[in-house]
Amino acid sequence: MIYWQLFLSYLKIGFFGFGGGYAMISLISNEIVTQRAWLTEAQFADIVAVSQMTPGPIAINCATYVGYSVTGNVWGSLLATVACCLPPMTIMLALTVFYRKVKDNRYMRGALTWMRPVLVGMIAAAAIMFVNSETFFHWSSVIICLASFYAVWKKVNPLYVMFAAAGVGILLYGVVM
Amino acid sequence: MRRLWELFWIFFKIGAFTLGSGYAIVPVIEHEIVDRRKWFDLEDFRDQFTLAQSVPGPFSLNTAVFVGYRMKGFWGAFFAVAGLVVPTFAIMLVVAIFLTGIRDNEIVAAAFKGLRPCVVGLIAVPCVRMLLKMNAWQMLLGFAALALICFTGISPIYMLIFGAVLGIVLCCANNKEELAK
Repeated sequence: MIYWQLFLSYLKIGFFGFGGGYAMISLISNEIVTQRAWLTEAQFADIVAVSQMTPGPIAINCATYVGYSVTGNVWGSLLATVACCLPPMTIMLALTVFYRKVKDNRYMRGALTWMRPVLVGMIAAAAIMFVNSETFFHWSSVIICLASFYAVWKKVNPLYVMFAAAGVGILLYGVVM
Repeated sequence: MRRLWELFWIFFKIGAFTLGSGYAIVPVIEHEIVDRRKWFDLEDFRDQFTLAQSVPGPFSLNTAVFVGYRMKGFWGAFFAVAGLVVPTFAIMLVVAIFLTGIRDNEIVAAAFKGLRPCVVGLIAVPCVRMLLKMNAWQMLLGFAALALICFTGISPIYMLIFGAVLGIVLCCANNKEELAK
């Protein structure tokens, strides 16, 4: 039953979604692309791109879109979104209630310090997963990638960079080639 | 009841209009909650923000939970989260349905061909920034996690658990050293 599997996958993604948006991309791709093979890498890259260009948290946008793409209807979309939000809401609610006790807990801080390198590895893995013959099908793709990296590194708003990349894509691959 | 709708509305605006990363919402929320409504004092608010970063899930969702809960208890949290998620979901759903219908259109396909390598560059930026702030051991763990995910396809969840356990063990080891002194 695909709905049940989708729900479980997204509960897992929500529960382990430390580090927010980008790190969650790695979790989602592992669940949806690698383990379940519901989407291809290129399809998932498109979803990530659109999720970033649409208002609201990336992880929630991504859940809505993935849910729709996998099941092809609104219910799948709603199910994935709810499943993605439930675990973080519950955990955050519990921590807010016991806020004074957990505020300066050194074990929690220690755990988080050593989870951070793993999160960096996860984000890197997400970036590397998108590097394949379908996403980099032409030498100009490499230039778009490097230019985007440089622009965002120099603190240009990622949104402008994405619209520029889409524009370049239309010009290069739609008109010229 | 008026408070609940007020919470809903604040986060509705955030869900409907903020683009980009979660951290873009910090000044927006600070303005609404601390400056305009004086619901929290600034230091208290910054403390809670740190907590919201330390738990799993989207940062803005966690922020909605704590602001809502501290204002109006469980239903406050519920309304704040609903305010954030409803517009996010609605807009994304419309875009998803629309794009699925025109995916084969040549112009759309060309735009996506430009976007895919751009996404790689975008994701690489925070990654390199965080990498530069780490010490040698942390870098080693980061690269180990990367290699395991890329080459074995095992779930990153296990490595997150490993990192957390390692951090707690190191904390305990430090405790013992301090006691021995």
